[in-house]
Amino acid sequence: MLYAILCYNSEDVVCSWTKEEDDAVMAKLDVVHQKLLKEKRLGPSLRLLPTTAATTLVKNQDLVIDGPYAETKEQLLGFYVVDVEGLEAGLEVARDLARANPGGAYELRPISLFLPGSGVT
Amino acid sequence: MVWINAALTAARPQAIGALLRYFRDLDTAEEAFQDACLRALKTWPKNGPPRDPTAWLIFVGRNAAIDSVRKRSKQEPLPAEELVSDLNDAESDLAERLDGSDYRDDVLRLLFICCHPELPQTQQIALALRIVSGLSVKQIARAFLVGESAMEQRITRAKARIAQADVPFETPGAPERAERLAAVAAMIYLVFNEGYSASGDSAPMRAPLCDEAIRLARLLLRLFQTEPEIMGLTALLLLQHSRTPARFDADGAVVLLEDQDRGLWNRKLIAEGLALIDKAIRHRQRGPYQIQAAIAALHVRAARPEDTDWAQIDLLYAALEELQPSPVVTLNRAVAVAKVLGPAAALEMIEPLAPRLSGYFHFFGVRGALLMQLGRADEAREAFGQAIAKANTAAEAAHIRMHLDRLMKDSDAAKTTPVKSVV
Repeated sequence: MLYAILCYNSEDVVCSWTKEEDDAVMAKLDVVHQKLLKEKRLGPSLRLLPTTAATTLVKNQDLVIDGPYAETKEQLLGFYVVDVEGLEAGLEVARDLARANPGGAYELRPISLFLPGSGVT
Repeated sequence: MVWINAALTAARPQAIGALLRYFRDLDTAEEAFQDACLRALKTWPKNGPPRDPTAWLIFVGRNAAIDSVRKRSKQEPLPAEELVSDLNDAESDLAERLDGSDYRDDVLRLLFICCHPELPQTQQIALALRIVSGLSVKQIARAFLVGESAMEQRITRAKARIAQADVPFETPGAPERAERLAAVAAMIYLVFNEGYSASGDSAPMRAPLCDEAIRLARLLLRLFQTEPEIMGLTALLLLQHSRTPARFDADGAVVLLEDQDRGLWNRKLIAEGLALIDKAIRHRQRGPYQIQAAIAALHVRAARPEDTDWAQIDLLYAALEELQPSPVVTLNRAVAVAKVLGPAAALEMIEPLAPRLSGYFHFFGVRGALLMQLGRADEAREAFGQAIAKANTAAEAAHIRMHLDRLMKDSDAAKTTPVKSVV
């Protein structure tokens, strides 16, 4: 069984960390990352840029909204990593996905850190 | 303790903004927040953080301020510590009553008060850093390279002016909100520039101003997620700041954009900035911050200096000139024009600016560089001399001297091997 662990925290607080504090947190996390990696239990892990950088596409209306998809009625069901030129190209990918899988929304978030991990197949 | 400090810093703008709405007085709001922070430091390590730290701080701060007013008037004893510490129900109650739009206008009002038009710019920035960001007077004094007591005085004077000024407390309508947003954006930009324009020995001391400006811009954007100009402002600050590690050499001397080691640029900030400018442009409402961010984006998108899309930069500066006509914008455009059409066209463009920019370091720097490219060494030397006279920092002057040295070398070389005829 695989699990996605979704990390929630107050963005206000995390953005208030100094670079040193942020580095310290990342260093502590890395100990756990390394342990899990050694156990071959870590899949792709990523840290998202702030929600202010997010854009949401509401699929059935083809409505593009600034900011994250914050409705609590729907849950986050998974994620993709795509390498695209910019927002427009990203929205095109999301529209392709939306055609194959209607309902809900895709939130387009630029990624700040990408750790591919290993050991999970 | 790190988590408590980060939580208090994060809650500060909203909490002080709400307390200011209750008490309509900056000092009272600030003291109330201080009191609440002291109680948080006492009770949070024991009980863990409350579910909504901001609501907790507002509630406790408000009670503390009301108590102290009562105490002063009636000499009544303070309520027992247990009564104020056990706040879970009251706190969730309060959080429900304060909806997002209250918070939004509270923070905007607080920022807007700090950039009140009656305050000179230096006081605006100092006040915002003290009240909104919560930097200590000592930290702010250091960043401004002045003594602590001078800075203390500056902030006290600013507060006194605010207390006398007319500050609107009613919920703003759409036009007032837009006006406030524009004023606040300009103030955040000023804070950033204070940090960004520093160089040499003072650069490390002033760099925190850039971080703080970015934090304020992100805060504003989170409250007004659909404002393309706020996206543009945040993108602009992120993209400019991304180059900071490459802007000075080991001796603190200026490294020009085209000579910077692009590997040192902060890719994380660039990614966020590019994402924001992409989002902003979709709104199709041009604005000065978006255009400046788009120009910065073209610079960071170029892998090598020669890949820079100068023609596009020229067009963007032309658009900026249209929106915000200013000789400084034209001067910047001339740099792009020099790359696209050559130095003669650029020189022709900046000559009419001379009367208005006669005190501006960069005008003479650009003029000297253009003349140098045209082989007019004597005039170039004269322009560089004027630039040195107008330089604001030692690093600026040193940079121009480097150009002068190069000119001298060229003219020495010309004496022995006359390849260029200098008219």
